[in-house]
Amino acid sequence: MTTSTRFYVGFLVVALFIAGGLSYFASSAPDGLDTVALNGCQTVRTAGGEELTGECIARNAADHATAGSPLADYSLFGGDGTVGPAGIIGVLVTLAVAGGLFWLLRRSGART
Amino acid sequence: MAVAMHMSDGLVNAPTSLAFGLLAALVLAVAVSRARADLDDRTAPMAGLVTAFVFAAQMINFPILPGASGHLLGGALVAILVGPWVGSLCIAIVLVVQSILFADGGLTALGLNVTNMAIVGVFTGYLVARSLRGIARRSRGGLVAVAFVAAFGNTVVAALAFVVEYALGGAGGAALGTVFALMIGLHALIGVGEGLITAATVGAVAGTRPDLIYLLRQPARGRAVAGSTS
Repeated sequence: MTTSTRFYVGFLVVALFIAGGLSYFASSAPDGLDTVALNGCQTVRTAGGEELTGECIARNAADHATAGSPLADYSLFGGDGTVGPAGIIGVLVTLAVAGGLFWLLRRSGART
Repeated sequence: MAVAMHMSDGLVNAPTSLAFGLLAALVLAVAVSRARADLDDRTAPMAGLVTAFVFAAQMINFPILPGASGHLLGGALVAILVGPWVGSLCIAIVLVVQSILFADGGLTALGLNVTNMAIVGVFTGYLVARSLRGIARRSRGGLVAVAFVAAFGNTVVAALAFVVEYALGGAGGAALGTVFALMIGLHALIGVGEGLITAATVGAVAGTRPDLIYLLRQPARGRAVAGSTS
């Protein structure tokens, strides 16, 4: 393997490790934006799930148009403990889309 | 992990969302044409991998306060590694994949999220890093410090972009002053995490393949080179 290939493979392995393994240890607390959006709301657990009451930005949030995606919410079909495989699929899909686009856009044969 | 990390549909009204959608599309179209000059057989695979890395890193929410977390936005990271035009496309691709496949970030809010993270975040990170390029070129420690500062800047200014969008067309629910204070306060904390992750990543690349770092490849200030896109 050339130095470049080794570096690229190493970079991908790190990304796969982060998405596939480290993701199990990520905080489940709302992020900065969500914290602001939820400020002022109380989450009430009802028979139909969770509901927001009070005055806050998040009350305006609509259900996601692709909530039915098999990978929705970083899971495989909503299954518990599937964040790792979902993350690995995400890394590979992202790499394929981005790598494909950038490879097509490159000045072929040119080296800087 | 947090289920939704980006703006959902409905937080900002339809006309504002549409306007930012058009703005984002326009800037990304310019980015596609400008990115070509920065992509070759060596940097194109790097850009693809950086994009995949940002997707992975954004999954890792780190605690900042009890009950609140943050995650990498990646603006300065991509700007330093692959440049601002390619970098804005990297973040936009991550946001599109997250929105369509992972139900993270609303489809009608995509223009807003792209504006905040792929455009405002990336170019803020780039402008900070470029203005400090002299320090970054001096030593690896300098580069790592510049990466930290640029990443902190990209986080806070991207948060400010949300406040602007909320001021222009927010659907309501919270006072603007409160939104401003909370967004900036929380993202100053998140910016420290963003800075540490960006510094560690850029430092690791610099330790193995410094030639792949866009910021270090650019000519020194004042020596403009034909074909330079910066």
